[in-house]
Amino acid sequence: MYGRIRTWGPGALVLLPTVLLLGYFVYGLIAWSFNTSLTDRHTARKGPADYVGFENYANLFGEERFLNSLKNLGVLTVAFIVGTLIFGLLWALLLEKGVPGESIFRSVFLFPMAVSMIASGVVWSWLLNPSQGDDARGLNRLFSILHLNFLENPWWTAGSRWTTMASIALPAVWQLSGYIMALFLAGFRGIPGELREAARVDGASEFKLYRHVLFPQLSPIALSALIILGHMSLKLFDLIYAITGPNQFRTEVPAVYMWNTLLRSDQAKAAAIAIVLLAVVAVLVIPYVAYTVRQEAEE
Amino acid sequence: MRGGLSKTFAVLGAAGLLAVSACGNSDDGGGSGDTATKDVTVFTWWADGGEKAGLDGLVSVFKTDCKDYNFVNSAVAGGAGANAKQVLANDLQAGKPPSTFQAHAGAELKDYINAGQVDDVSGLYKDFGLDKAFPQNLIDQLTVDGKIYSIPANVHRANVVWTNPDVLKKASIDATKAPATVDAWIADLTKLKNAGVKAPLAVSKGFAQEMLVEAVLLGELGTDTFNGLWDGKTDWAGANVTAALNKYKTLLSFTNVDRESIDWSDALGYVNKGQAGYTLMGDWVAAQQLADKVPDSKYTYWPSPGSAGTFQFLADSFTLPTNGQNPEGTKCWLKTVGSAEGQKAFNTKKGSIPARSDANAADYPKYQQTAMADWKKDKIAGSCAHGSACSAGQNNDILSALSQFSGAQDVAKLQTAFGTAMKTS
Repeated sequence: MYGRIRTWGPGALVLLPTVLLLGYFVYGLIAWSFNTSLTDRHTARKGPADYVGFENYANLFGEERFLNSLKNLGVLTVAFIVGTLIFGLLWALLLEKGVPGESIFRSVFLFPMAVSMIASGVVWSWLLNPSQGDDARGLNRLFSILHLNFLENPWWTAGSRWTTMASIALPAVWQLSGYIMALFLAGFRGIPGELREAARVDGASEFKLYRHVLFPQLSPIALSALIILGHMSLKLFDLIYAITGPNQFRTEVPAVYMWNTLLRSDQAKAAAIAIVLLAVVAVLVIPYVAYTVRQEAEE
Repeated sequence: MRGGLSKTFAVLGAAGLLAVSACGNSDDGGGSGDTATKDVTVFTWWADGGEKAGLDGLVSVFKTDCKDYNFVNSAVAGGAGANAKQVLANDLQAGKPPSTFQAHAGAELKDYINAGQVDDVSGLYKDFGLDKAFPQNLIDQLTVDGKIYSIPANVHRANVVWTNPDVLKKASIDATKAPATVDAWIADLTKLKNAGVKAPLAVSKGFAQEMLVEAVLLGELGTDTFNGLWDGKTDWAGANVTAALNKYKTLLSFTNVDRESIDWSDALGYVNKGQAGYTLMGDWVAAQQLADKVPDSKYTYWPSPGSAGTFQFLADSFTLPTNGQNPEGTKCWLKTVGSAEGQKAFNTKKGSIPARSDANAADYPKYQQTAMADWKKDKIAGSCAHGSACSAGQNNDILSALSQFSGAQDVAKLQTAFGTAMKTS
């Protein structure tokens, strides 16, 4: 008996604080939020609240503002992931081919990630000024100085949902592409040199080498990148808040809407939005976690 | 490479922890006055500039009038209380209210009233003689279900148009005369546009657009019908509202394309620089023009078209929180806030006018003198954008609808959104 405790006891003791803290501050509070979302606690007034079942959720999904925020989120996530993967992979490829001063470029591309989103959001809100022509400012001004006037556009302030949310995704792509580059670069470096040599000896062209030998080896990294970017995008709040401010219908996503709702003390509705957001993230993350656990078990 | 990455993560993680601990600290801002009951914790978002100077003026009067108590400044910086309101909500939720906190007077207090977080102070109005000192129609606007929940420190006017006479000259428009109606204004704007001013009306994001639509509604519907929009006596679905909103739509076509991405001070800058002829903004512009040293000859101002004789007001006020620390000290603070001396010390520095009608105009700069004269004789209208006419939640819905309208101009949709917003709490 004593021997058994000696085997698992120390491990359990080390884990205990984490389990308790996570259990309370993450899972306990998720349960609390879910509980709140089922009540009619629509003011900050204390005291007991009545349970109304899933009424808050039903109301949310019947509301133009919430559905708009979900659609915005979908478009934002696609634009953000595609943009970041393209630039990240492109830069990784360029650096992987070997450039003089590689470490400088690596740092330059990675640095934007160290800037807080609220700070970069403030700067990007100036860069994305929609004025054009003689009044142009920010990026539009740059385009007009470079005689690339056809590139001038109103950014997020006009046009379709796609152009609006792609403009919002632009700063996020700028910030995270370097991170994806680092991931892919590490992936390239992890592939043994023998594989390349073998492919070249067999007469594979450079394109075929990448297409059939190197890229397949990167797919686990691509999947991780996809999940990391996906869940970051779903939770994006600070960047949007800094660029467009609160209450901007065109760019509102559920996280911003939740903040707005909480600010007006509608706790039940805010909790319902939070739970919907959690569910959306879970749809993305849980299969990934299950997949990695199974992979590790197989190894 | 690996080392570099994990270092980046470590730095990011540390930054995150710092941010979290900073949030934790701010919770103490509320009121830990269990031991020092002499302390009066005053929560505001007046942290710098003229606002801070005004608060300091108020404090100096408080120190002479209420020698028994200590003033404790609990200001949280951030324009229009954007950060402060979050901190305050936390403190109130945690049952640790400050001794008193700043809030816009009027309907915006509804959220706190519904949550049982502020007490009725109508008794204090009688004790301090404020029911005589404040104009009766102001008291009517502040009264919610027969009770008053705050004491206003100042009054600002919202329905003011600021012009650049040099720009208006291009189309031979007299800058000193207000157009009599919104239609006449639109005619002037058309003249300016034809004279080569691309965006004659400068507008900025969020509440500035809300102020413009309110000014149009006020000018078109008249004061009583306009006030009825907010207390439920006027139907939002009416044809008169549709007509006014269509005029707002026309006005937007004369505005700058970057209206969703600039602040009111930028819009004022467009007017001062001569890019635009007009901007509509509250009378804190007067203090801004003084601070920026724009000479009197370079700008004129008048009540928004059709609203002459009406003073659309907003007021900063102080409350008596339920179960607050040191209610006796708080009452002394509220007495200072409402007193003639306190209002003078505060308003001469902040650039607003006193809520009391017995103030001496000679103590104030030029713009304030005219505003004080109007305050005494004009009819009073509320403002949703600044909390005197609707709750924070209603305002939130209206702002969202207006930002949607700014991008895709559907009048019917906007009108429905207004009606729906005012039906919620």
